[in-house]
Amino acid sequence: MPTFPADFAELEPFADWSLATESERYAKRLSSTMDELQAFYDAAFPRLADALAHLDALELDALPDDATRLLWLCYSLVNASFPVEVWRQPRVPDSGAASMDMLIEPAV
Amino acid sequence: MAHFAKPDAGSWTEHYPELGTAPVSYEDSISPEHYELERKAIFARTWLNVGRVEQIPRTGSYFTREIHAAGTSVVVVRGRDGEIHAFHNICRHRGNKLVWNDYPGEETKGTCRQFTCKYHGWRYSTEGELTFVQQESEFFDLDKEDYGLAAVQVETWEGFIFVNLNPDNTTSVHDYLGELGAGLAGYPFDEMTQVYKYRANVGSNWKLFIDAFAEFYHAPVLHAKQATAEESRKLSGVGFEALAYALDGPHGMVSSWGGMSPPKDLNMVKPIEQVLHSGLFGPWDRPDIEGIDTLPPALNPARHKAWGVDSFVLFPNFMLLVWAPGWYLTYHYWPTSYNSHVFEGTLYFVPPKNATERLRQELTAVTFKEYALQDGNTLEATQTMLESRAVTEFPLNDQEILLRHLHKTARDYVAEYQTTTPVRISAVS
Ligand code: FES
Ligand SMILES: [Fe+2]
Repeated sequence: MPTFPADFAELEPFADWSLATESERYAKRLSSTMDELQAFYDAAFPRLADALAHLDALELDALPDDATRLLWLCYSLVNASFPVEVWRQPRVPDSGAASMDMLIEPAV
Repeated sequence: MAHFAKPDAGSWTEHYPELGTAPVSYEDSISPEHYELERKAIFARTWLNVGRVEQIPRTGSYFTREIHAAGTSVVVVRGRDGEIHAFHNICRHRGNKLVWNDYPGEETKGTCRQFTCKYHGWRYSTEGELTFVQQESEFFDLDKEDYGLAAVQVETWEGFIFVNLNPDNTTSVHDYLGELGAGLAGYPFDEMTQVYKYRANVGSNWKLFIDAFAEFYHAPVLHAKQATAEESRKLSGVGFEALAYALDGPHGMVSSWGGMSPPKDLNMVKPIEQVLHSGLFGPWDRPDIEGIDTLPPALNPARHKAWGVDSFVLFPNFMLLVWAPGWYLTYHYWPTSYNSHVFEGTLYFVPPKNATERLRQELTAVTFKEYALQDGNTLEATQTMLESRAVTEFPLNDQEILLRHLHKTARDYVAEYQTTTPVRISAVS
């Protein structure tokens, strides 16, 4: 069974980035190398606009499962964009051991 | 070079002469004794924001809030009468914590018809009356009327729920929040119900994190690595100047410009921001609701075109940030000791209509976290070095006026408490 809608088949190798919560996405970013983050970004970023077009044609609170998983992947792309576009490291610079937990986030 | 006009006194700080301009002692942030006084003088006596009305939409909806600084836990509930009630979270039988789940020290929320004590099963209505006593006939002259939950003063302002733990308090929250509060009335907070809430344990005095969010003097420097290299160079060359400051009783606010929402030039921002049209200041497109174009008087007081965000420091531990593109953010700082506190940052947006809007909000929420991690990480280091007392006085500049005011206010509350509370004569003289 494909993870994502058929148009996004080339993102299947990155299905493990399709994560439902911020804490999972953040943890995956921190445990990835810059090469892994770059590879994910290079595959997903060029498809972001297409993904938005696909998702916007659907009801946000009634997304089919494959669309929900694509949306989760987009959340991960947002999270991974920081290291790739600016910092060149998975963790925000000068943040040491500081951490912040997400207590409440939107259901979708 | 000054970009924005200052008051006739020559500076924001001198506009409020009671503040003085001298270097400031941070003893109030490193002294365990001072913190013990703050607990009694401030946290046990002022209005504390504990949440929003949307958290308890229905009859029986409740949440608990641990208030370590005041040495209590409160339960806030919407009663059958439709009103919001608050009680000390303690059973009248033998003092068990009434409302908790698995871990008595952790906050909880839910919906119930009544509160039942886990220990011996006493029950209380959502209005706080004792309604059931297990084996009531075993007690001696027990009148259930006498054993309702201990009520806490609770009031709402613009949908924000406040409690006051001083039973003798006679000031309404509306009056407490003064002109700044009144000047925010009518902002459509109630439309912004899409919530992201973060929490962090921070190893510093509670006031130090307010300091970090009450000035933007640090922003072009501490956060330099967040922006594109060219933009970052420009920002630190310009530095930071506020559009306006206002002080009102114990409260204060800073009004800031924010040219990034949207940016003048797309190349100023990161590729993800270019595609999503969003960033730290929020989604560039404003939500389609009433009340964000015509602002109440306390917002953007300079009525400046470049306005980006107003930050209100509502004493003691509540900050409210209203952003030009139509969303808001709250900060709470809950002390747990003189050198530690729990920080909460909560973002509120108008619910997104589609995935694009949802992703724009996600980008803002994630960006907020990355900035806050940098802000938070400096605090433990500051706390440790302040505690060394190697240096005891610190110069604060005009863009740090809210810090000067915050620490003075906290010291004034303690001093006022000390003069009005009779000192117990110590046994050894
Ligand atoms: S302590 Fe609550 S019923 Fe006994
Ligand atoms: Fe900051």
